[in-house]
Amino acid sequence: MSWEAVIGIEIHVQLRTATKMFCPCAIPAEGDAPNTRTCPTCLGLPGALPVPNRTAIEKVLAVGAAIGAKSPATTRWDRKNYFYPDLPKGYQISQLDLPLAEHGSITVATSAGSGSVRIRRAHLEEDTARLRHEKGADGTRASLIDYNRSGVALLEIVTEPDIRDGETARRYAEELRLLLRTIGAADAEMENGQMRVEANISLRPSSDAPFGTRVEVKNMNSFRSVERAIAYEASRQAEVLDAGGTITQETRGWDEGSETTYTMRAKEDSHDYRYFPEPDLPPLDIDPAWLAAIVAGLPELPGTRRARYVSELGLTDYDASVLVAEPRAAALFEAARAAQKELDAKLLANWVSGEFLRAAKEGAADPDPIQFAALVAAVASKEINGTTAKALFAEMIRTPLNIRDAIASRGLGQISDTGALETIIAEVIAANPQAIADWKAGKQQAVSFLVGQAMKASKGRGDAALLGDLIRTALDR
Amino acid sequence: MSAELRRATAAQLRAGFGSGAFTSLEVVDALLGAIAQEDAALGAWLHLRTGEVRGEAQRADDAYAAARASGPDAVRALAPLLGVPIALKDLVNAVGTPTTAGSKILEGYISPYDATITTKLKAAGALILGKTNMDEFAMGSSTEFSAYRRTVNPWDRERVPGGSSGGSASAVAALHAPLSIGSDTGGSIRQPASLTGITGLKPTYGRVSRYGIVAFASSLDQIGPFARSAQDAALMLHAIAGSDPRDATSSALPVDPALLTLPQGDKAASAIKGKRFALPKEYFVAGMEPGVEAAVRAAVAALQSAGAVIDEVSLPTTEHALATYYIVAPAEASANLARYDGIRYGASKHGGGDLLDGYLATRGRGFGPEVRRRIMLGTYALSAGFYDAYYLKAQKVRTLIARDFDRIWTAGYDAIVAPASPSVAWKFGAKMSDPVAMYLADACTIPTNMAGLPGLSTPCGLSEGLPVGLQLIGAPWSETGLLSIAAGYEALTADAPWRAQEPTDLAALGGAA
Repeated sequence: MSWEAVIGIEIHVQLRTATKMFCPCAIPAEGDAPNTRTCPTCLGLPGALPVPNRTAIEKVLAVGAAIGAKSPATTRWDRKNYFYPDLPKGYQISQLDLPLAEHGSITVATSAGSGSVRIRRAHLEEDTARLRHEKGADGTRASLIDYNRSGVALLEIVTEPDIRDGETARRYAEELRLLLRTIGAADAEMENGQMRVEANISLRPSSDAPFGTRVEVKNMNSFRSVERAIAYEASRQAEVLDAGGTITQETRGWDEGSETTYTMRAKEDSHDYRYFPEPDLPPLDIDPAWLAAIVAGLPELPGTRRARYVSELGLTDYDASVLVAEPRAAALFEAARAAQKELDAKLLANWVSGEFLRAAKEGAADPDPIQFAALVAAVASKEINGTTAKALFAEMIRTPLNIRDAIASRGLGQISDTGALETIIAEVIAANPQAIADWKAGKQQAVSFLVGQAMKASKGRGDAALLGDLIRTALDR
Repeated sequence: MSAELRRATAAQLRAGFGSGAFTSLEVVDALLGAIAQEDAALGAWLHLRTGEVRGEAQRADDAYAAARASGPDAVRALAPLLGVPIALKDLVNAVGTPTTAGSKILEGYISPYDATITTKLKAAGALILGKTNMDEFAMGSSTEFSAYRRTVNPWDRERVPGGSSGGSASAVAALHAPLSIGSDTGGSIRQPASLTGITGLKPTYGRVSRYGIVAFASSLDQIGPFARSAQDAALMLHAIAGSDPRDATSSALPVDPALLTLPQGDKAASAIKGKRFALPKEYFVAGMEPGVEAAVRAAVAALQSAGAVIDEVSLPTTEHALATYYIVAPAEASANLARYDGIRYGASKHGGGDLLDGYLATRGRGFGPEVRRRIMLGTYALSAGFYDAYYLKAQKVRTLIARDFDRIWTAGYDAIVAPASPSVAWKFGAKMSDPVAMYLADACTIPTNMAGLPGLSTPCGLSEGLPVGLQLIGAPWSETGLLSIAAGYEALTADAPWRAQEPTDLAALGGAA
């Protein structure tokens, strides 16, 4: 029988802040020795107190504004109580009934079209320490705790159960990540745990039937695994139900190797976290002027930008998506356009999503947008040819380069003068009798060979299209 | 000489150091000598900084000597408590000192950082003699719940000093230090001050930073001074008060410089004239000892004859304060004490069975009976299904209690006058088997904490040879006013025979050692 999957996504994202959520400790970096980014507060020492990080609050308010959510006039902090070795105080400071943002949405494009995913709430909380289970030299097992991550600011975003398939879940997560990166709220690298996605999945026989028993799926470490894990879990549940079985409420993990989910823990008696308002922190008034300033400081959001690229600049949906998907690419595109307002947007988009993104993936630095614009302008005016332009681009991402000076001083201008090219062609034809013979024998490739030789003789500056025409004419003679 | 130095107030010590009449080292040695001889019987101290404090006193003396060479202005410019020895309740973190909060679960724990008030006291020149005994995690009214030792009342070795700051109170009453720090969550400064015959001030919530103070109930805890005069209490409050970027609940309000120049003598006495005091009838409850009531009413009469206006008022929510306090304080404590899990510091019983076994063993054996009782009370009050009926309701009552007090300030009263404790010091064990009887000992002080108000206890006589405290409660941020009234009352009663009476078992303490 056919089933409808009902999926809600809960995402924890490490916010991009200089210091932790409630103490002045620096955010740990890859390679920091364990327990070196700690202080009395994030270690939960007797007597230590929390002080909220204003930047983290502002970033969540910005996220709220970007997803069209509402923020309360006053928010507050709550203690979520439970015992675990990675939780130094025995409670986590979180937000229960007054989250910093509520009732937003994100528009997601999938192969089936575009739709909206409603976001129930977004709130701030502190991260836990990291546990490592090891076997010591003597063979005994030991659990080690690294408190570097303890107290790092986390944004938790929970959707309504609006999602019906793995692809939409993946696109939602990707779009959220893009939004967070665009507004500078988070880096959200899934691979290193800065963004952790959990899915709640249940099946029901039809879209008007009540929700079924839900299963929580964790350990999805990439967008690809989000899509696959959900698809797998939905089909697993369908098989169980089709066979007349029932779904057990539990938490399952995604196993990347076998591409299956496995039971992590059966649902214990539902936890009583004994939430109560954090008495160490006064309620926080969200001044409307403060919120307005945050909203005014928001950059153009991805959805708006994509639409503008298509409608105003005539880019295809695909080109617009590629540019917007990478904030560095979009930034270069915008800055280059600002530098040369008349520049052909399509040509510029091709250069950004082609040469630049290729280089960026290999770790290249951003080029100077003014010089980048000058380069693309020189291509557009046919002043230089593609070969020259690519060589200049490769140079400009390594060292500062003035494109105009380089073209002028190195004589890189494209040779489009017919007379000059004909002289070169005459020399090339004279030096390659075999090629002439081949052409006479009907081998068209001989033209490409001669163009290549002529280009070489012109030190790469010849107009390739013009050279081809002139060679054919010369051969016909 | 040594006996005189022990009796000197902080203000007198500061003046004597400045003039060169005696040195900080002489004072420190006199106090350490007294402690060495008497503390085995008194039981006030948990840790002494004998090794370090003498060197610190020497450096303070060097600074005085250098300043004297430059003239009187240079002496005056020195820090207000330079060279004055003080005691810290054992829940105040001070680098390198054990901080146990009176609990076995923190046995062996050495503070790796200074509380904000420790930093401030050091900056004010105070010398930390050591740490004092207390009820475990400040839960108790007699210091009998200390996991370490019994602190006796210097007025009667068979009696409790009050609590939870019993060690700090007894140390000051027994002339082991001119000043000490206590904490007051439901009366833990004012009640022991009352029972040991000294001055104790609980400031307005937010006046003194709580950073580095082992927490009991975050929304109620305040740190304050014990002293043998209002003037000294003001000096110490000036040193520790002020906003702290590390405590989000601390107030940005500037510290009143007038605390350094509190009026004394006739000037203080004459300022009583025209003051308006409210006498709440609910504070004279059934069960109050007649001797206590008599002493407090005599104090009120003294104020009246000095020209103060006294009106009997009603604070109808008073009777609900105790019950709501025993929801709010344990609820907050149940979370605040969750960090004592044996994972990172302190006593640990992990390693035998699984994680839960480790938690149960560590906490089950590390906490004493009163702490366990309150953790259970608080956990219950916060549990799903009970939260609204207990915690939320208690917070609403708390708002009503604060409104009750607000009406008094709106009506223009300078302070509320009331007993600090319904009884004088009681005999050891008298209330140990009856938690509610112990809780009732704080009935006069708890409403102030629930409303976040400042309150102090100042000695006002003896009942059956034991000290009685007069409590003054003020509007928020009125500490200077309360201390000025206390100084006025001290001046008015300067010649009262009970003022001349020293703690009756003081001499016996040395003999017992």
